[in-house]
Amino acid sequence: MKLKTKFLLSAAAVSSAFVSSAVLAQASEQFIGLPSYRVGAYAAGGSGIYGGWIDYMQLINEKEGGVNGVKLTWEECETEYNNARGVECYERLKSKGASGNSVFQPLSTGITYSVLDKVAQDKIPMVTIGYGRTDAADGRVFPWVFPMVTTYWSQNTAKIKFIGQKEGGMDKLKGKKIVNIYHDSAYGKETIPLLDAQAAKYGFTVIHIPVSHPGNEQQSQWLRVRQEKPDWVILRGWGVMNPTAIKAAAKVGFPREKMVGVWWSGAEEDTVPAGAAAKGFIAAGFNVAGANYPVIKDIQENVYKKNKGNMEDKNRIGSVYYNRGVVHGIITVEAIRTAQAKFGKGKVMNGEQMRWGFENLAIDSKRLKELGAEGFMPDLKVSCADHEGSGKVKFQQWDGKEWKVLTDWVDADKELVRPMIEESAAKYAKEKNITPRDCSKEG
Amino acid sequence: MLYREAGQFKTTYAADQQIFPIRQDRIGLALLLAIAFVAVPLFASEYWLKAILMPFLVFSLAALGLNILTGYAGQLSLGSAAFMAVGAFAAYNFMLRVDGMPLLVAFALGGLAAALVGVAFGLPSLRIKGFYLAVATLAAQFFIVWILTKVSWFSNYSSSGVITAQDMEIFGYRFDSPESRYLLVLAIVAVMALMAKNMVRGSVGRAWMAVRDMDVAAEVIGIRIMYTKLLAFAVSSFYCGVAGALYAYAYLGTVEPEGFNLDLSFKILFMIIIGGVGSISGAFLGSAFIVLLPIFLDVLVQDVFAGVFSPSIASNLQLMVFGGLIIFFLIVEPHGLARLWQIAKEKLRLWPFPH
Repeated sequence: MKLKTKFLLSAAAVSSAFVSSAVLAQASEQFIGLPSYRVGAYAAGGSGIYGGWIDYMQLINEKEGGVNGVKLTWEECETEYNNARGVECYERLKSKGASGNSVFQPLSTGITYSVLDKVAQDKIPMVTIGYGRTDAADGRVFPWVFPMVTTYWSQNTAKIKFIGQKEGGMDKLKGKKIVNIYHDSAYGKETIPLLDAQAAKYGFTVIHIPVSHPGNEQQSQWLRVRQEKPDWVILRGWGVMNPTAIKAAAKVGFPREKMVGVWWSGAEEDTVPAGAAAKGFIAAGFNVAGANYPVIKDIQENVYKKNKGNMEDKNRIGSVYYNRGVVHGIITVEAIRTAQAKFGKGKVMNGEQMRWGFENLAIDSKRLKELGAEGFMPDLKVSCADHEGSGKVKFQQWDGKEWKVLTDWVDADKELVRPMIEESAAKYAKEKNITPRDCSKEG
Repeated sequence: MLYREAGQFKTTYAADQQIFPIRQDRIGLALLLAIAFVAVPLFASEYWLKAILMPFLVFSLAALGLNILTGYAGQLSLGSAAFMAVGAFAAYNFMLRVDGMPLLVAFALGGLAAALVGVAFGLPSLRIKGFYLAVATLAAQFFIVWILTKVSWFSNYSSSGVITAQDMEIFGYRFDSPESRYLLVLAIVAVMALMAKNMVRGSVGRAWMAVRDMDVAAEVIGIRIMYTKLLAFAVSSFYCGVAGALYAYAYLGTVEPEGFNLDLSFKILFMIIIGGVGSISGAFLGSAFIVLLPIFLDVLVQDVFAGVFSPSIASNLQLMVFGGLIIFFLIVEPHGLARLWQIAKEKLRLWPFPH
C-alpha cells in the first residue's frame, strides 16, 4: 500500500509539472527554444555552442535592451543528442512564448531529419548551420529549412581548392593522390560522390577509407595510408575519431601539415587530447577561434562582468565551439532584425515572419564590422533559391596551443555543387509530391 | 474492496479460460481502452499526442516484441533496434517500388521482412545460449545498420542515406492530423498486443516458456526446439519490424539508419527489464518509464526549478535522478513494474484479510 501512495504522489507531481509548464504569453518578448545537449558523448560541442549562443542573446538584451526593444527570451530543453528526445523538445518548445518558437536549431543531423516534415507544417523555420540536410540548400523545395553558411559539399570543394593553392595551382592537382578517411555513417559518406566528381575534374586520385564508429582504433586504416603514400589526407571524422586519427598519423609518420579536417574535427576538443601529435593539423571552419574579436570582448564586458554569462569554464570563451555559438546568435538576431524591418520594428515576429527574415538575411562585411565580427564569420546573403548563403570557409592550423588562421575566406565551387544540390532536391520533391516554389514570385 | 470477487462464478471452461477471468479487470481494461480511443484524441493536446503518446506506443510495441523473445522464450537479444530498422526500410521500399501498395500491407510486409531477417539471425540460437547468443544478436545490430548505410538502394540512392516516409493513406483517407495518426498507431498496437497476449497463453507460448525454463526437458516432452526458437525470433522480429515502420511513418517521418543504433536496442531491453520480463503489460509499463520519465524530469528541472541550477548541472542531474530511480525500482521489485502491480492486485483481492 505504501508503494501505491508513492505512485499516486508521483503521478500528481507529473500532472502539476505539466500544468505549470504552460508559459504565459508575454507581450514584447521574442521566444527562442533551445534544444540543447549538455550530457553524453557530444556534451563538449553542445555546451560550447549553446553557451556562446545564449551569451550573444544576453549581450543583445543587456546592451540594446533586445532587438528594437523586443527582449529575447529562451528556454533550454535537453535532447541528449537523441532523435526521440529532440522531437519531444521540438513539440514542447514550438508553442511557447508570445508567438511560438522563432527558430529551431537542433545541432544534430539526426534530429534535423526527424523534424524536417514537421517544421513545414508548423511554420517554424529550421536553421542548421554547418550540418543537416545538404540538399535543403535548394530553398525552392525546402522553404522552411536553412542549412546556412556552408554545407558539407561546399566545404569539401573549398578544401580541394585549399589543397590546390598549397600545391601551387589547381592544375598541379593532376596526378596527386588524396586519401579520404571518413566516419562510416551517413554523415561520413556524404562527400564521397563529390570527391569522386572533383577527382575526375582535376585529375587526382582519391581513395576512400572508412573508419567504423566510434573510431578509437585506426591502426589498419593508417597502415593503408602509409602503403598508399598519399599527398594529402582528408579527415572527415567526429568525436573520438579525430584525436585517434591524428595520433595514428603521427605513429605512421604522416605529416599533420598535410591533413585537412572538416569543422567537426577542428575544435580544441579534437586536438588537445592528441597532445603534441596535433601540431600542424589543419581544419576548415566557418568561424574562427580566438577571443580578440570585438564581439567576444563585448560579451566579456557586458555579460560576464555582470555575472550573467552561461559558460561555467570561462577559459572556453573564444574556443572554436563557443565562437560557433556566437555565430548562431548573430544569425538568429540578424534574422529577427531583418524580419522586423519588413513587418514592423519593435514587434514580436511569428514563425512565418521569421522565415522571411532568414530568407532575406544579408550580412555584408560592413554589417559584420558593425557587429564586431569582421573576419569572425563569412558574409552571408540568403535568397529564396539559395538557403546556404555563403559557402566560404577559413582554414586554421593548430600550433600546439591554439588555432591559427591560415587563409582568408576560401569560396566553394558553386558550379559543381549547385547542380548536385538541385538534382538531389528535385528527387526529394518528386518523392514527396512537392511543387518547387517559383522564386521570381517571392517578395 | 476493489477486487471483491464474491458472486463471480465460472460455469463454463470458456469463462474460466478467458484472458481476464476477473470482472474488475475486464471493466478496467474496457475503461482504459475507452479513454485511449475516445477521451485522449478528444482532449489531449498536439504536444501530448505527437511527442509523448506516439513514442510511448511505438516503443511499447517494440518492447512487446523483445519481451516475446527474451521474456517468454528466454533468448537474450540486443538487435531489436536493427529489426526495427529492417521493418522501417522494408515498408519504405515496398511503398516506393510497388505501385498502389496499401499502407497496412506495407507495414505487414515490413514486419515479415524483419521476421525473415530475425529468423536468419536466430539460427545461432540453436547452438548457443545466454550471453553468447547476445553477442550473436549484437552482430545483427551492427551488420544491419551497416548494410543499410552501405547499400544505397535501400534508401533509394539518397546521398545522406536517410529515407522519408511517404504519405499515409488508407482508402483515400490521409493520416495527417496528430489525432488520426495516434488512433492508427493505437489500433495497430492494441490489436497486436491482444494477439501477443493470446499467443503467450496458448500452446505456442507454453512451448516458449518450456524452452525458456529448461530446453532439454522441453525437448523430452516433445517440443520441437528449432521450430519453437525460430518462431520466437520470427514473431519477435515481426513486432519490432512493425514498430519500426510505425516509428518511421507515424512518428518521425524521416529516419536514418544511425537512428536505429545499439543505444536504442539497449533502451528497449531496459524497458522490458524495468517493466517486467515475461509480461505483456510490462512492455507498456517499461516503455512508459523509459520514454516518459526523462521527459518529465526535464520539464521539472527546466520549468519548476528554472534558474536554480546552472544548465549543465540541470542536465546531468536528470540523468542521475533517472539512474537512481531505475536502481530504486529494481531493488524494490527485481521482477519489474508489472510484478509490482501483480502483487498489489493479489493483496487487493485478499483485502481486508491478508494472510
